[in-house]
Amino acid sequence: MVLLSLAWKSLRNRLLTTSLTVLSIGLSMALLLGVENVRVGARESFANTISQTDLIVGARGGSLQLLLYSVFRIGQATNNISYESYQHWKNHPAVAWTIPYSLGDSHRGFRVVGTTEDFYQHLRFRRDRKLEFAAGQSPKGVFDVVLGSDVAQTLNYKLGDQIVISHGVAAGRGIADNDHADKPFTVSGILKKTATPVDRSLYIQLEGITAVHIDWADGAPPMPGEEVPASKIAKENMKVEQITSFLLRCKTRIATLQLQREINTYKEEAMQAIIPGVTLQELWRTIGYAEDALQVVTIFVILVGLLGMLVSLYTSLNERRREMAILRAIGAGPGKIIALLVLESGLLAFAGCVVGVVMIYGLSFVFQPIVEQQFGLYVPVQPPTQAGWIYLGAVIFAGILIGFVPAWKAYRNTLADGLSIRV
Amino acid sequence: MSSPAVVLRDVRFRYRSGPEILDIPELTIARGERIFLFGPSGSGKTTLLGLLAGVLSGYSGSVEVLGQDMAKLKGSARDAFRGAHVGYIFQQFNLIPYLTVEENITLPGRLNPSRGKQSGDVTAVAKRLGIEHLLARGVTELSVGQQQRVAAARALLGAPELLIADEPTSSLDFDHRERFLDLLFENCALSNSTLLFVSHDRSLAGKFDRQLSLLDFNRAHRKEAVA
Repeated sequence: MVLLSLAWKSLRNRLLTTSLTVLSIGLSMALLLGVENVRVGARESFANTISQTDLIVGARGGSLQLLLYSVFRIGQATNNISYESYQHWKNHPAVAWTIPYSLGDSHRGFRVVGTTEDFYQHLRFRRDRKLEFAAGQSPKGVFDVVLGSDVAQTLNYKLGDQIVISHGVAAGRGIADNDHADKPFTVSGILKKTATPVDRSLYIQLEGITAVHIDWADGAPPMPGEEVPASKIAKENMKVEQITSFLLRCKTRIATLQLQREINTYKEEAMQAIIPGVTLQELWRTIGYAEDALQVVTIFVILVGLLGMLVSLYTSLNERRREMAILRAIGAGPGKIIALLVLESGLLAFAGCVVGVVMIYGLSFVFQPIVEQQFGLYVPVQPPTQAGWIYLGAVIFAGILIGFVPAWKAYRNTLADGLSIRV
Repeated sequence: MSSPAVVLRDVRFRYRSGPEILDIPELTIARGERIFLFGPSGSGKTTLLGLLAGVLSGYSGSVEVLGQDMAKLKGSARDAFRGAHVGYIFQQFNLIPYLTVEENITLPGRLNPSRGKQSGDVTAVAKRLGIEHLLARGVTELSVGQQQRVAAARALLGAPELLIADEPTSSLDFDHRERFLDLLFENCALSNSTLLFVSHDRSLAGKFDRQLSLLDFNRAHRKEAVA
């Protein structure tokens, strides 16, 4: 305890270098914890793009592909599933709700998703958040469209605007020939930002998808004279033949695996059901390299911070030879001299960690809303994660270890100096 | 209390590969004696003090301090021995700059529990040295004379049997020097400490019980002079 108080007072005596050292360790620590938080945030945001969905069901194919087009609106389905099959599973006694998706059209690079009222009712993200409207309401008519918030923002649309959707999902503008220009849609609602892929799509009714394709045959636009004008289309007459995939919630979690097996072995149609969490994990592993790279950089930043501490402690030793000789004279052995310097270095690292934690708390608190708004990344304001604690412990440990370098030097000095006067 | 304060026999010492610094056939200092040790710089004064304080080792011959054969003590035990039984005053800059006067005075006792047990009243020692009003001050605010008295208080607290003072007055002017010396004597008498006072200022020598010239009993220099 005597040594601890000595170490503390000695550091306090060199307030400027001490605070600069603590600050530099603190900054690098904040960076490390910040990166860790962003990592966790990214992973959580990613895992929480979809919640409360037990199964995603689509035509048989790659499970990653099914996840990508159903949740992230990336890539395309190779096959659709029939509406009858969908109805079959929708009415299955173990099923609580379903959300059907019909994909394949786009509007100026954004995907158009045909779905039903269930989408607005049941879709959950980030554990239990549901979709909310910034303006308007869910589509009531065949030619109503609801915009994700990014779509509305990017294209600067407002309620009542008329838009045309295009066949196919090619990036950028759809091919003019493929425009469903004869059947424009009216913006009936705009969703609030969710920071998930939901923001980057447009939503119409399943019947709307049928309607724009009613006069198409085999994926080609109608021949002249065969067009069916929008005015002749009524929702009741639009028969939905197929959908692309659907999300499914079981009444009990236990039923999930049983139902998955049932769907995968369904005789009527080749279908597959995936558990989103599992496939999300798989996906995360494949794109997780970036976070590793980021982490390596931060670890180097920490090393630089610790090196700064080493330099400042080491250079202070020359002006402290006197002090060491005094300590020796009043009965402090080399062990105590070493302990003193190791304690100082440990204290610096500890203080740096405290500063870092406080800093990152403050910064996350201030910047969390901005980051969420701008980058759609929800960074949790939370105590350090397990990895965070490990980093903190490791840095303090490294600080103590590094302390042995100046301590060894001081020890050599005291042996050489003895009680002689060297100022 | 029967053993002398210091007994040296056939002590030789050199720093690593350097020349022989000390070659002392015999030196005895009785308990309670006040010794004035003088010699030109480079004559091995500080080295001798280092041996007596148990900071230096690797000598031949025997060094007994307060009846304790220093060669028989391990490194940390020597440090503890010094902390418990020896008070030490440097020429100047005796104090830890980041501690207050009181913290400086009590530090030996706090570093060495055995000294702590016998350490007396800080205020009493401070009062005797006329620095009791400075106890709460930071040491950097003190004059050199005050600093030396704080150093003396630290060395005297706990009544160490042996007080080693390495030119403690060389940074003081004449008036302060006299006063400091009187205080030192007074306090050594009170705690019955043996005083080994090193200086090259022979004008002080008359006040001591005995004067020792390092050149007289250290043969290392004679050899060097011959060579």
